[in-house]
Amino acid sequence: MSGHSTYEPKTGIERWLDTRLPIVRFAHDTALSFPTPKNLNYWWTFGGILALMLGIQLVTGIVLAMHYVPHVDYAFASVERIMRDVNYGWLIRYMHANGASMFFLAVYIHMIRNLYYGSYKAPREVLWILGCLIYLAMMATAFIGYVLPWGQMSFHGAVVITNLFGALPIIGAPITTWLWGGFAVDNPTLNRFFSLHYLLPFVIAGLVVLHIWALHVPGNNNPTGVNVKSENDTVPFHPYYTVKDGFAIAVFLLLYASFVFYNPNVLGHADNYIPANPLVTPAHIVPEWYFLPFYAILRAVPDKLGGVLLMFGAIATLFVLPWLDTSKVRSMRYRPQAKLYFWIFILAALVLGYCGGQLPDDPVIAQPSGLLLLDADINSFVWLSRVATLYFFAYFWIILPVLGLTEKPLPMPDSISEPVLSHPATTPVGAAASPEKRG
Amino acid sequence: MPGAGRKLKGPPARREDLYSKGSFKVADTVVGATPDPHAPGDDPSRRDFIHIAAGAAAVGAAVAIVWPLVDQMNPAGDTLALASIEFDLGKVEPGQQVVVKWRGKPLFVRNRTPDQIAAAVKDDHAQLRDPATDESRHKPGKAEWLILVGTCTHLGCVPTVGGGDYGGWFCPCHGSHYDTSGRIRKGPAPKNLVVPDYAFLSDTKIKVG
Repeated sequence: MSGHSTYEPKTGIERWLDTRLPIVRFAHDTALSFPTPKNLNYWWTFGGILALMLGIQLVTGIVLAMHYVPHVDYAFASVERIMRDVNYGWLIRYMHANGASMFFLAVYIHMIRNLYYGSYKAPREVLWILGCLIYLAMMATAFIGYVLPWGQMSFHGAVVITNLFGALPIIGAPITTWLWGGFAVDNPTLNRFFSLHYLLPFVIAGLVVLHIWALHVPGNNNPTGVNVKSENDTVPFHPYYTVKDGFAIAVFLLLYASFVFYNPNVLGHADNYIPANPLVTPAHIVPEWYFLPFYAILRAVPDKLGGVLLMFGAIATLFVLPWLDTSKVRSMRYRPQAKLYFWIFILAALVLGYCGGQLPDDPVIAQPSGLLLLDADINSFVWLSRVATLYFFAYFWIILPVLGLTEKPLPMPDSISEPVLSHPATTPVGAAASPEKRG
Repeated sequence: MPGAGRKLKGPPARREDLYSKGSFKVADTVVGATPDPHAPGDDPSRRDFIHIAAGAAAVGAAVAIVWPLVDQMNPAGDTLALASIEFDLGKVEPGQQVVVKWRGKPLFVRNRTPDQIAAAVKDDHAQLRDPATDESRHKPGKAEWLILVGTCTHLGCVPTVGGGDYGGWFCPCHGSHYDTSGRIRKGPAPKNLVVPDYAFLSDTKIKVG
């Protein structure tokens, strides 16, 4: 949010530095005095959680790279050495592996928050697109990172995903060869994946800087979706949101720690503790849980190129979302119909995630079976995936554009303060006119 | 610089006068300069040419620098030089398949039974996604020997022998069914299993690659 700086250098050193490199002023304006809507709920704490997770992944990753050997003959053994022999190696690796899952959990909640409260709408389109780029870079980093231990899932996951590019006409084969650096996923592939896995987190960090910059131009959205009208609608970021974010981070770390210390392998796949063998494919290849919805979309299409295009299309759709949603009302609180479709969308995404982990031809329910529709039994995960995929795309490309034009939104408050002040709990005369100034 | 070394007679002319006569060419950044590319005596096409030439040179240089950085990811010389392999067919019993590694990928060597060959030939004119006769997929007179690259043409998994609806191979990843000639019959894969370049060195020995 633009506005004059409230930073006043207190010591001589600070004054000296402020006229040369106003970095303390920048930090003060960014993280301390930044005016923030006073009605942010806990769904707004995931930005801070994500920043922390990126930091944890960077630190644990750099440490792991000190012990890991990116060679097909040594990679698996070096990871086992980290687990057994390196001091606290087990802890650092489990933090890194489960940290990736926690990172994705937080980013999905962060994205769903945006979808519900319309945070992607004007004037925050660039902020949203930068977030989509971060998500894309996260997916690339996570996929590449999963290959590094060189277990069975690592290897065959890499084979399947790199082969996706082979679906492209004409350039497909040269591109896969180029990606592999050979005629199959092999040592050159592992080497470059390690290099890129080290690089991409720093790209993400750069994007995060832009993301925060783009956030601080229009300022935070808020649960009402109503613009900040005056200073009365805001509180300084510190201490109000440093404390709230801090509490949320503590709770989130409890969940993270429960995985790291009590069930560190539950989110992984047992087959990845078998060294990679190019001659045997595991009976059931599944990606990590955070890719399952996209994997289900890929498999829902009986055509190779079509499946690949639809899967990447699901991600590409996110980038144009600000221009698909025609409603001027940001928050779903005031969009009763959109809210219903939104929750169906969440359900569809969860169904896709579930389908992605199942065998396509398996029945969804025990009975009935034998009713064939086109190429597969109608009671199969492939058909359930198709229905959910259809809804996934319809939500963005049909429902949101049309609903914005037809829906009659509920009356919205004039300002952020209004619903707070008219709330029964705060009705006593003179109470909470500007609660942030009390005490 | 044109005009350098030229002797000026009388008091030095004012800068503006020199500009207007086009006798001096001075950098645009000189304070007070009002560069006009179409000023009399200044050929506009010369400056355009320099702009275009400089731009083209910069682009050319950038491409020349970027290409090595891109091409280094392609297979290296030692990778390309991977030797072809020889394989002794005597080890493979009728009905059996042996998997060997070739260029980092599995290679299927299958000794087909007469039943399996007959089933493949019978389907030569069935509806096929990637039409090919069984005869085109083995060497003449060696119908029992089917040599295939063992990666599913969908996304590269290794199909399991004897599985699927057609008794050939079944890919566990995304459910592609291949027949006993390695032709795609059902599922998402677009192509038949690939027949690599190979030759019989003798009745019982092949060379692949």
